[in-house]
Amino acid sequence: MEEANFVFNMIGENWIAFAIISLLPMIFLLAYALIAILGELKISAFIQERLGPMRTGPWGIIQPVAEVVKLLQKEDITPDSANKPLFNLAPFIMFAASYAGFAVIPFSSYFVPSGINLGLFFLLAVGSLGIIGLLMGGWASNNKYSLLGGLRAVAQIVSYEIPAAMVILTIAVMAGSLDLQEIIRQQSGWFWNWFVFGGSGGWIKIIFLPFSFIMCIIYIIASLAETNRTPFDIPEGESELVAGYHTEYSGMKFAMFFFAEYANMFIVSAIITIIFFGGWNSPFGDFMGGPIWGVFWFVSKAFVFVFLQIWLRWTLPRLRVDQLMYVSWKVLLPFSFVCFLALSLLVMLK
Amino acid sequence: MEDLLFYLFAFVVIGSASVVVLSKNIMYSAFSLLFTFFGVAGLYVLLFADFVALTQIMVYIGGILVLIIFGVLLTTKITGVDIKSGTTGKVQLITASVVVVIIAISLILLFTNVEWVNQEFVQPNTTIDSIGFAFMTKYLLPFEIAAVLLLIALVGATLIARRK
Repeated sequence: MEEANFVFNMIGENWIAFAIISLLPMIFLLAYALIAILGELKISAFIQERLGPMRTGPWGIIQPVAEVVKLLQKEDITPDSANKPLFNLAPFIMFAASYAGFAVIPFSSYFVPSGINLGLFFLLAVGSLGIIGLLMGGWASNNKYSLLGGLRAVAQIVSYEIPAAMVILTIAVMAGSLDLQEIIRQQSGWFWNWFVFGGSGGWIKIIFLPFSFIMCIIYIIASLAETNRTPFDIPEGESELVAGYHTEYSGMKFAMFFFAEYANMFIVSAIITIIFFGGWNSPFGDFMGGPIWGVFWFVSKAFVFVFLQIWLRWTLPRLRVDQLMYVSWKVLLPFSFVCFLALSLLVMLK
Repeated sequence: MEDLLFYLFAFVVIGSASVVVLSKNIMYSAFSLLFTFFGVAGLYVLLFADFVALTQIMVYIGGILVLIIFGVLLTTKITGVDIKSGTTGKVQLITASVVVVIIAISLILLFTNVEWVNQEFVQPNTTIDSIGFAFMTKYLLPFEIAAVLLLIALVGATLIARRK
């Protein structure tokens, strides 16, 4: 597989190809955001035994379009005492940081925007960029709730990056590579070759199944904290901080924050899919395999985890700040150390 | 194309670095460090040092810069220092400028006068393999010493933070 990008194969390596490649994830992201907004509305309604939006279109399926149009035509307010340059810059940094992650997400064996060798490390690195935008917005709003939200977000994201990094380190040990395509290729075949089931190899891996399961759960918890979703939404907990760091934002700039959150949700779901659930691989060997079905498998696996995030958001209460720190440093971190040692042992035994 | 990118990144680095130095608002300085670090990471990528570039983003932006901003936010609230006043005096400004100009001139003279031995350039596919092998063989002792140093710093920080 010399050139793993179908756009280059079709029209050659020129600037039009680069433009198309960098725009394709954006088109996907716009479609995904509409679906995710509808999902959020309908799933929350189902969980709370309501009907949810029913008026726009059949069963309200055009509701997200209406929401976007509403956001677009709202007045763009910049508070008088806010720091204007930073206030206006923050949503863009936030969104640019989220979109940067899409640069290495492999949607199929023949499409990855940039197939660099350090994909996993890249995702870890740009994942930490977004906090700057968050802090910037929180500080520039000149509002104590926004500032508190920003500070809480930093404390939370910096803490939860460490268990997440331990999980990614374990995957690097198990796969022996940081290249996302290579990691996915190692999980090909039936679903028991996925890293959540200990990767490919002999029956000895059954002993290590609990460790790889726990690793997966640790990453899911840590990724919830990194996207500021409930039960880890203390940076924007509405009962304590109004809306946290984006209290003062309205209209298009609020939409950018909102969009960045949804993009982040997809990115962490994609990471879980890639490192634990075999990426674009079909779960059933060669059944429905190949590059085009690969997109289908990848997107549907990622959507399962987006659904999981929405589901958890509407069923779990928010953690307290001290409980948040307790979970990260005294539960997730020691568990991830033990699992790292155990899974490294598995790699040595294989 | 690569030249264009180089000048773009160089412009970003120099422009944002001058904001860091010249701005009267500490928050502006802290936030424009973001663009400086990012531009430097871009320059590393142009030099085929992909691992160093990502480490730059990870450590400097995700770690150090966040801590700097966090520190500025918290300290101004505690000590009541007005972050908007540039209290640096004229004397410091002039001395600093003179020292910087002297260092810059001597560096430029050094670079232009020394005859550098250039190795033949081979475009590496990835740098992480060779970095890993170098750490585990030739530079094992410095690597381990750095690791122990970080461990000591961690234990020390915990000791200071612990309530008696």
